[in-house]
Amino acid sequence: MTVQLKDSAKHNKTPADREVLESAVVRFAGDSGDGMQLTGAQFTVSSAVAGNDLVTFPDFPAEIRAPVGTTFGVSTFQINFGTREIRTAGDTLDVLVAMNPAGLITNLEDLREDGLLIIDENTFQERNLKKAGYETNPLEDGSLAKYRVMTLEISKYAQNAAKAVENVEITNKESVRTKNMWALGLVLWLFDRDTVVTKERLEQKFAKLPDIAKINVAALVAGHAFGETMELAPGASAYHVPPAELPAGEYRNVTGSQGICWGLATGAHLAGLELVYCSYPITPASNMLHILAGMAEDLGVKTFQAEDEIAAATAAIGASYAGGIGVTGSSGPGVALKTEAIGLACAAELPMIIVNAQRGGPSTGLPTKTEQSDLYQSVYGRNADSPLVVLAAHSPGDCYYMAVEAVRLATKYMTPVILLSDGYLANSSEPWSVPDVSSMQPFGVTTTTVPENFEPFMRDPKTLARPWVVPGTPGGIHRIGGLERAQGSGNVSYDPDNHQEMTDLRAAKIRGIAHDIPEQTVERGDAEGDIAVVGWGSTFGPINRAVENLRDEGLSVSHVHINHIWPLPANLKDVLEKFPKILVPEMNNGQLVNLLRAEYLLPAESLPKVSGKPFKVSEIEDAVRSRLGENE
Amino acid sequence: MNVVTKLSPKDYATDQEVRWCPGCGDYAILKGVQRTMSDLEADPEKTVFISGIGCAARFPYYMETYGFHTIHGRAAAVATGTKLANPDLEIWLVSGDGDSLSIGGNHLLHLLRRDIDINYLLFNNEIYGLTKGQMSPTSRRGTVSPSSPRGSMDAPVHAIAFALGAGARFVARTYDVAQPHMIATLKRAHAHRGTSFVEILQNCIVYNPDVFADITDKAVASDHQIHLEHGAPLLFGKENEKGLRLDPRTLSIEAVTLGENGVTETDILVHDETNPVLASLIAKMAPPHLPEALGVIYCAADAAPQPEKAERPSSEVMAERLNALMRMGHTWHVG
Repeated sequence: MTVQLKDSAKHNKTPADREVLESAVVRFAGDSGDGMQLTGAQFTVSSAVAGNDLVTFPDFPAEIRAPVGTTFGVSTFQINFGTREIRTAGDTLDVLVAMNPAGLITNLEDLREDGLLIIDENTFQERNLKKAGYETNPLEDGSLAKYRVMTLEISKYAQNAAKAVENVEITNKESVRTKNMWALGLVLWLFDRDTVVTKERLEQKFAKLPDIAKINVAALVAGHAFGETMELAPGASAYHVPPAELPAGEYRNVTGSQGICWGLATGAHLAGLELVYCSYPITPASNMLHILAGMAEDLGVKTFQAEDEIAAATAAIGASYAGGIGVTGSSGPGVALKTEAIGLACAAELPMIIVNAQRGGPSTGLPTKTEQSDLYQSVYGRNADSPLVVLAAHSPGDCYYMAVEAVRLATKYMTPVILLSDGYLANSSEPWSVPDVSSMQPFGVTTTTVPENFEPFMRDPKTLARPWVVPGTPGGIHRIGGLERAQGSGNVSYDPDNHQEMTDLRAAKIRGIAHDIPEQTVERGDAEGDIAVVGWGSTFGPINRAVENLRDEGLSVSHVHINHIWPLPANLKDVLEKFPKILVPEMNNGQLVNLLRAEYLLPAESLPKVSGKPFKVSEIEDAVRSRLGENE
Repeated sequence: MNVVTKLSPKDYATDQEVRWCPGCGDYAILKGVQRTMSDLEADPEKTVFISGIGCAARFPYYMETYGFHTIHGRAAAVATGTKLANPDLEIWLVSGDGDSLSIGGNHLLHLLRRDIDINYLLFNNEIYGLTKGQMSPTSRRGTVSPSSPRGSMDAPVHAIAFALGAGARFVARTYDVAQPHMIATLKRAHAHRGTSFVEILQNCIVYNPDVFADITDKAVASDHQIHLEHGAPLLFGKENEKGLRLDPRTLSIEAVTLGENGVTETDILVHDETNPVLASLIAKMAPPHLPEALGVIYCAADAAPQPEKAERPSSEVMAERLNALMRMGHTWHVG
């Protein structure tokens, strides 16, 4: 065993002789059967309860149980937590926990020099080394010399701890599977956390398997105790990350999927409507179906697992037609199947929400990896001129507010709304000040009020929306459909002038929404400068941090983040024109950049990334410096 | 309008010009449906007609009720969402053979197995009409059409067998010009809680004229049709002199004549619409050797539970519940 923790002379120490850190990035890496996601989630809860700001990034293979020990079967969970504001999951790792050789070889390059490497040496046998692609054992060949390495017999220690529990009936396999909790115990100790919250969670999770709960708790406590009694090298210390200074409020940890589901339910409540969520299982959107299906029925939520993506979309339309708020959730390939239905909602002018948790593509692509390459599909991806509203959430907490906004716009303007999140947002989490729903303003939606001189396609002169009169409403009988209809009466019409007028009206209705959404602001930096970094969606964190860092260096750079993708905010052109250079980092091959160029004839430049992983702060910093002629 | 008096069939007709070809079977079906609505005293404000695409799918435009003309094949899914959001609505779904059994086959399958309380009217004319006469999934082998000039090679889908196979709990058959029979059948469909599947044989006068002539022609009708009645012996023919008998050696149905070869009425099967085995046997009968079964082929004995419309709590209560939901698990206070 080698233990060499970092010398900490330049930092203040806590009474417990711990080194105080502003923030830290930890990644747990192991086999997809090693329970890395559970381990990471538990560490997240502990960090949140300890008052840190944080961002997490779970990354796992598409295979449910990939062959043991392979590099493609590696599952990881990364968390960046700190006493300062945290905006990304972190570029480089301070601590890497590698449960096997495959976890080490696939993640080591992200560990900073002098970073702490915790390794389960029991898994470094020849077979596993070979599977991971090691020709020599990295624990013996000196290749880890630039890191601080703790090689521990984690599997064995965990197994011993599990077997020491009295009066339980467990198998060998079950006892060795507690190794993730042993490792978690050690990392909790390393960052000055106790095991109380995790114990509670384990007892809850394994409530029906009390023996399993007991051995996992035993391994957890053993890992923690190991840290307590470990003899550190002279001058070395463990860490303490003090609580962050967050604005006052009641906080919880929230994932993007939770944010969207709760936002949809809240939006439906503010509209006074039932939420009818229709979906077909697809990664990474299925979680939303699970969360909403798990909500109690008395929350005004119904879910429908449809036979396919098309049925999910059309059932959502049927639900809206009957006076619910119909929502369908999917990912890119599924949304492709829904496009004809979305066109019907455009034509019949019914509210509808399509949530797209984007993933890598084209086709089946990278189901579990993140990308934001469905912007074109959202804005343009239907037959004919069929404009609709496109929104993009930029953080797990923001998912909530954008989902509320989606319901507001869909019901006010009688239009489909596409809400874009992505695989990263869906699964990552952050502390979130929980809103008070009772203080939110209702939308004032009516579905059973028949206006004077009612015609189904009469229009509100201000919004250009048609009245929403649902079946069952006395005095409101009418018919709608996908055939072109006469402005006003809604009767089927093949009249050429009418088709022109209706096409223009549909476009004007959506365009007009630009004046009913928040004005575009500059997220960070000045309203004028040398370069604007323009983002959308989940690139918010890395862009914002990069711009902050570059401004600290004295560069004239600003961050503009677009939440309303279509229509774009009315003042966006004015905002962007204040910058001679515009850089658009996107996790696609350049989509928003072309939308901006097409709309405004501005010299926006693309910074694409499609590796299935979020941007690193340094990648954006480097790109901006090079545009400003700075040495990298 | 405060409706006290019973509405007449005409009250269920819209002011829109009906745009089917002159002589199309759809006119007769429209008439029969409007009469059914009147007889049922259906509330037009709680009635919704939902359709997909095709000639049949124009139907909602002609009904003075709520109506939604959707997209090809998806009416069943739209109707499912509509019923989910408001179980109080009375939903009639109108669809053709291509809409139901080709592009929309998957949705029909799942609607039937879910048994959602919708009345499903399949207008089967064994041809694509609106796209000008291509073979359809129910076209018989050898059907010559613009897309099958040498005769179709595909075996047809049998609509009723498909429905029974999908787990339908109410299955019936009628045809366009059989007005009293159609109206009686539609009333039975209406009375059934769950998906009621009714195949209506419908004559396309332009692209597939007289394809059902061997069933519907007056000259052959009594020998080629059998009108099903729950609890009654399966008899047919001008004088009810023929009947259906089970051949136990082949587990098949054969037509026999009373008085011939010692056949008496005790040999004749009695229709039990709750018997799924019998339903599957009589569903596929066809002339010339066996009569086409008309009426309620299958109606499950036990009604499936159907959801009811839930009362919404007050806005304050809902806000409290949402607040509580979002605070479940670990929360902490700052400041």
